[in-house]
Amino acid sequence: MKTLPNADVVIVGGGWTGLLMAKELGSRTSASVVVLERGGPRKTTDYFNTMDELENYVHLRMIQDFSSETVTLRHNDRQKALPLRQAGTFLPGAGTGGAGEHWGAVCDRMSPDSFELFSKTVEKYGSKKLPEDHAVQDWGVTYDEIEPFYARVEKLIGACGKAGNINGKKIDGGNVFEGWRSSEYPLPPTKIPYFSALFDDAAKKLGYHPYPSPAATLSAPYVNPDGVARPGCTYCGFCERYGCMIGAKAQPTNTLMPVIAKHKNVSVRNGAWVRRVVFDKTGGNAKSRGVTYVESGQEFFQPADLVVLASWTLNNTRLLLLSGVGEPYNPSTGTGTVGRNLTHQVSFSPVLAFFEKPLNKFMGSGAAGVLIGDFSGHVLDHTQLPFIRGGTLQAPSHGYGPLGTFGAVPKSVETKWGSAWKKAAIYYYDRAGRFSFQGEHLAYRGNFMDLDPTYTDRNGDPLLRMTLDWRENERRMADFAIAKSIEIVRAMGVTDFTPSRGLGSYDARVYQSSHLQGGTIMGKSPETSVVNPYLQHWQLSNLFILGGSTFPQSSSARPTLAMLALTCRAADALVDRYLKAPGPLAGS
Amino acid sequence: MSEVKGEIVDESFMISAPLSASREGEKPDFAVLGDHSTKQMPRRQFLVISAAVVAGVLLSGLDGSAKSVSPEDRLIHIPLHFFDAAEAAIVMAAASRIFPADESGPGAKEAGLVVYIDRHLAGPYGSDGHRYTQPPFEEGVLELGYQGKATPAEIYREGLKGLAGFHKLPPAEQDKALTQIESSLFFSLLRQHTIDGMFCDPVHGGNVDMLGWQLLGFPGARMSNYDDVDKHFGEAFRPAAVSLGGHPRENEE
Repeated sequence: MKTLPNADVVIVGGGWTGLLMAKELGSRTSASVVVLERGGPRKTTDYFNTMDELENYVHLRMIQDFSSETVTLRHNDRQKALPLRQAGTFLPGAGTGGAGEHWGAVCDRMSPDSFELFSKTVEKYGSKKLPEDHAVQDWGVTYDEIEPFYARVEKLIGACGKAGNINGKKIDGGNVFEGWRSSEYPLPPTKIPYFSALFDDAAKKLGYHPYPSPAATLSAPYVNPDGVARPGCTYCGFCERYGCMIGAKAQPTNTLMPVIAKHKNVSVRNGAWVRRVVFDKTGGNAKSRGVTYVESGQEFFQPADLVVLASWTLNNTRLLLLSGVGEPYNPSTGTGTVGRNLTHQVSFSPVLAFFEKPLNKFMGSGAAGVLIGDFSGHVLDHTQLPFIRGGTLQAPSHGYGPLGTFGAVPKSVETKWGSAWKKAAIYYYDRAGRFSFQGEHLAYRGNFMDLDPTYTDRNGDPLLRMTLDWRENERRMADFAIAKSIEIVRAMGVTDFTPSRGLGSYDARVYQSSHLQGGTIMGKSPETSVVNPYLQHWQLSNLFILGGSTFPQSSSARPTLAMLALTCRAADALVDRYLKAPGPLAGS
Repeated sequence: MSEVKGEIVDESFMISAPLSASREGEKPDFAVLGDHSTKQMPRRQFLVISAAVVAGVLLSGLDGSAKSVSPEDRLIHIPLHFFDAAEAAIVMAAASRIFPADESGPGAKEAGLVVYIDRHLAGPYGSDGHRYTQPPFEEGVLELGYQGKATPAEIYREGLKGLAGFHKLPPAEQDKALTQIESSLFFSLLRQHTIDGMFCDPVHGGNVDMLGWQLLGFPGARMSNYDDVDKHFGEAFRPAAVSLGGHPRENEE
């Protein structure tokens, strides 16, 4: 193993959070920062000729290569976990920018009570309303503490939308159920395509409160506070699962890399696959010493004064388990913290509707659409409902190609091939529209991660094993979303539609979202969390962990904006406090 | 052949011999060519078809009517990368029953489907280049996805054995044969690849002349819809299609 010169900071993972931390440290300090990214380099010009649905949507060119590493999955600890042999339910990124390159760029904020989910739920309904086997926790930060950082990252990425609550004043046309904002969105909402406009009309007619989807695909040209300029979106439709060919969609490569490139104290090392965090276990003074990685078959030790884990959400947990940092979670005793509180999101399409008129749905963007927040967890009154919490319902206009959507036909078409099917599939191709629901997934004691006893990655390291399934709370929430969606499609004048069959068991074959949370969660106590509210490891004070792995449970919002906001908050704590006087930033 | 309309007759394509054999006037050597298990490069096989079938003979108007635009009668040789000529003939015939040429427009044969599938299986997809293939291979609950050992290439090879002679059957018999294997993994792959090959960008070998896109009114790699995305409500907006092959490739090294 070759030992490299010491770095002040080593960051594992060159996605949204890792590169945001690198940008903050690079531009505000003189610290030497090394970013280790196991995938290849990427830049906007790479995407110029990639409007290719087969390569991106079907062959998943932007996604982690599952032949090298995957996860194993079981629904409960009585099953044997098997590897997810191909990408399906979620899509981890690969290369500089990570999943932030191919994301859909919807950038909504979480509701204020999401950050205090346990306390607020008990306050409202008493402790009996939470499912018996729940593991729901507070985050250790409040919305009021996070708000300035939300506002800051919205300016960074050029968030487009319409505020529904500025300093407590409700504003029609925005999301009137959202938490207070200190200011309006930096840019107006993106354009509303036909399908989403039909939903908007129907939702209003029914007394709901539709609002344009918050988007990091620019509605107009924009220069952010770092001086980074990006053009407006052209609604080409090659968006989610693609890199943006013009840089209108905020991605780490077009938003953060231009700043990082100006700072000689930051270097991004591609092809570096980190395998272990190295640390000293000397009693009360435990410290991480750096990381080991493999590049082109050669092993390296990168020593560093400060280690930041910012790899994709599941891999942060895996690195701690492989390195022996902290105590693995034990679901039977409830002891240990690493791997606990694995959540996904109740993300599915409640209804497929067939319209009389064509929708022109090739036009759109990953974040174009209309949402309603009327079924959100903090809005619904659960007193008479058979579940708690909720989610947002959306009529998205992502921009759709034929490989992803051809073949959606009404149930009356009984064949799946041949002339009759072909004729129907062509007719309905541009007449089929799908709603999308994104709901909260509660944390449960039995949903967790550990290392798989059988399967390994290409380096011979054990794969991460996920033990994960839905509970009745999620299934009932989904059924509720289906019933409400039917009500809305009917108000849209649709008579022919196919409702979802509901959740059943967690299905790894179907893409849901890439919004996985938990494993290295933040919290107020080292007994029940891995990092403190500044994302600093409770035991190793020179180890920080960024990203969705720090969320105690999911919210109904997309996670990216909260990850960026929490990263900014951690960066401020590092620059303003830690680097001046290294040590714990929070007491337990 | 002057014009191709409606149901395509089977004589519109022929099984070829491998290039070297046909040059020498010998019979096709399928035994040699069918063996893809060795690393040795097999002698190349060609699918020989009438140019009147593929490449823009049938162009579907936006109203769905099919018209003949270039009734040219000449044979073209398409090099095969994975299938042997007999297999290619079966795949072409089967894909044409899944997505037939009929009154609603041209089908799999006209869009050059077999070329797409052949290339697809010869590439990393066919040999599971991006799938996790570490043993043990065990059966689990359905929700964990395909856990088998067989690669797509192997699934095709095995599935095609069961369809020997398929391309020579009349259409009704062909449909009967496909119905029998409808629930097989092979059929579901073939059906998925038929859709993929009908509607992928023509740079991948299918969707010849953007025939598939014209059936749907999909414009392909259209750079900007800025002026149209919030207009044309309730009416079909169908701008001309453009393939990636039509873009300048400025960043090629």
